[in-house]
Amino acid sequence: MNRRAFLATSAAAAATAGFPAILKAQSKDPLRIGCPLPLTGPFAALAADMQRGAVLAADELNTKGGVMGRKVEVLFRDDQLKPAVGAQRTKELIENERVQFIVGGLAAHVQMAINEQTKKSKVLFVSTSQSDEISAKPDTSPITFHEALNPTITSRVVGQWVAQNLGKKWWIIYADYAWGKQNNAVLTEVLKKNGGTLLGTTPYPLGSAEFSAHLPKIQAAKPEVLMNVAPGADNVALHKQVISYGMKKEMKIAQPLHWISYLKEGGAELYQDVYGGINWYWELQEQIPTAKKFVDASMKKYGLPPGDYGAYSYSGVLEVARGVELAKSTDADAVANALRKNPIYDHFKGKQWWRACDNKSFQDMWIGRGRGPGQTKGDWGLLDLVAKVSANEEYDRTCAEKGHA
Amino acid sequence: MPDISLAALTAQLFTGLVLGMIFVLLAIGLSLIFGLMTVVNFSHGSFYMLGAYLGFALVGYTKSFWLALVVAPLLVGLLGLGVERFLIRPLYGRSIDDPLLLTFGLSAVIIEAVRLVWGKIGLSLDPPRALGGAVNLGFGMFPTYRLFVIVVTALVLVGLWLFLERTTVGLVIRGGSRDPLMVRALGVDLRRIWLLVFGIGSALAGLAGILAGPMRSVYAEMGVTTVIESFVVVVVGGMGSLPGAIVAGLLIGQVVSVTTFFAPKLAEINVFLVMALVLLLRPSGLFGEAGLME
Repeated sequence: MNRRAFLATSAAAAATAGFPAILKAQSKDPLRIGCPLPLTGPFAALAADMQRGAVLAADELNTKGGVMGRKVEVLFRDDQLKPAVGAQRTKELIENERVQFIVGGLAAHVQMAINEQTKKSKVLFVSTSQSDEISAKPDTSPITFHEALNPTITSRVVGQWVAQNLGKKWWIIYADYAWGKQNNAVLTEVLKKNGGTLLGTTPYPLGSAEFSAHLPKIQAAKPEVLMNVAPGADNVALHKQVISYGMKKEMKIAQPLHWISYLKEGGAELYQDVYGGINWYWELQEQIPTAKKFVDASMKKYGLPPGDYGAYSYSGVLEVARGVELAKSTDADAVANALRKNPIYDHFKGKQWWRACDNKSFQDMWIGRGRGPGQTKGDWGLLDLVAKVSANEEYDRTCAEKGHA
Repeated sequence: MPDISLAALTAQLFTGLVLGMIFVLLAIGLSLIFGLMTVVNFSHGSFYMLGAYLGFALVGYTKSFWLALVVAPLLVGLLGLGVERFLIRPLYGRSIDDPLLLTFGLSAVIIEAVRLVWGKIGLSLDPPRALGGAVNLGFGMFPTYRLFVIVVTALVLVGLWLFLERTTVGLVIRGGSRDPLMVRALGVDLRRIWLLVFGIGSALAGLAGILAGPMRSVYAEMGVTTVIESFVVVVVGGMGSLPGAIVAGLLIGQVVSVTTFFAPKLAEINVFLVMALVLLLRPSGLFGEAGLME
């Protein structure tokens, strides 16, 4: 079966639930959304989660009869976690597949490459992964929207909480690329503001499997907190090695972000008592109605709850749809203006809003602590949420600081 | 400047020793294969990855890490036999590039096959309970499992040395890598030796994979960078030289570890710097013989 046939069948299969609606939706050209993701490589688990999220959003829209009577199709491409491939796949999606919108991207540096393409082709892009630059000049544009949290917000919030609750003598180990460097800078600043001491930092190349050579030095420095800024598969390997060196007994472990996909991959023992920020967690369905709707849909289709990054792509696709409905058009500028004029939305986590100056989404976030073996709920109940931090534009840089006059 | 206490430095050297041991296991297989048949085996990294995945599957079925530790490398070795017999053998006598390209493609096929079977998402392989914790070695806590890796690798190396030095087959292998024409003239069927050596080399890569699994994370692309590092080790040691692979593996392990201690950003580059330096001073590597690549 070739890729087109596969897409067609899976779209058809997805549509069976809302059969009468889909007939109506099929009568016009579909609304096509391109979604470049690192489907292979060390970020594959997160990318799979994001793929499921985007499919769930398209299903939900199509069951309701599509967007302005048009069926929604999401086309996925593997960017292999490489900026050049991300740019190429995006270009192909726009020029060959004629997608009208791009939602997706994972990894700060690949996102920037995707953004360059969408700007050039005047296609609206909803970025679904962390980056400080994506919503700041000179990289951003009036048709670039940023659905995810960013390193500034995450590390200000998590850094503050960790400094106040876990200790003020830190060591930071970070992946030496955009996202890692941005978090390291913000964490360092927050620690200083809180009167803490940074005993040292360790940059490492993204995609590493071995961290052992970094560890004896950190042990000898005896920090109270080890801050791990390591994404993807690196995160699992780093925690394995940190724990095998007996460091969990000697210091608290924290990270700017938890990803439920990697908590699941590494297991409860690995992440027990590891603290980290998180943009969303499926057990929030007990408190938030839209979260419940999202979790139910995912359980029904995939038999597992959605993760934190799947939620971003789910929301991103739904926001494109909302923008199109509001603007009654698929024109990038018209949709962008409509979203800025009606900035408040809630697809999975309670109220969020777009800030007009930089198209940045503001949203609540949480601090989670890994549950130990025996305390978990099913396969995916791996976190206790210990604090909620409400959305606040002050956690990000101001519009002026980001170069928006 | 980091704290350069004796304890911290000793811990660093031990850490480097484990890194070196994994390098040695990988490089020795590559070097054996190259020395005997001048095949640059680019699928070595995939065999390494496959060792970890098969280990994961076997631990799942048998619930025994020990059994998996023995069986997974054997299975990878079997696959190696098949690869040599049916894919590489038709290419003997052709240029050195042909098997290189073939194994490069094969590696992509293996990676894709693993994605199909186990999915694109990584797996986590746990060390056996008995080796889970850390022990105090005087200079600080050190993972028990990593000590175990040192011991296993050392045992395998001793076994391999005895095999090559003390058995008739070993004698033929050594003879075959020195002067294949002469060995053939003595009436030895070298094709069976090539088959065997390719199998052993692959099994060693598989062993490195299952040993590395519990320390690192297991995913389909895990061998891609590892194979490059292993080639660096082989080149530094001298293509085809076993003592070279051992010395270079341990050397590169310490270079990574010690550089990381003083200047983490330079750790990756320094490995290549060492390679460049060695090649400048000794173009065939530390223990290499000239002329093998021609």
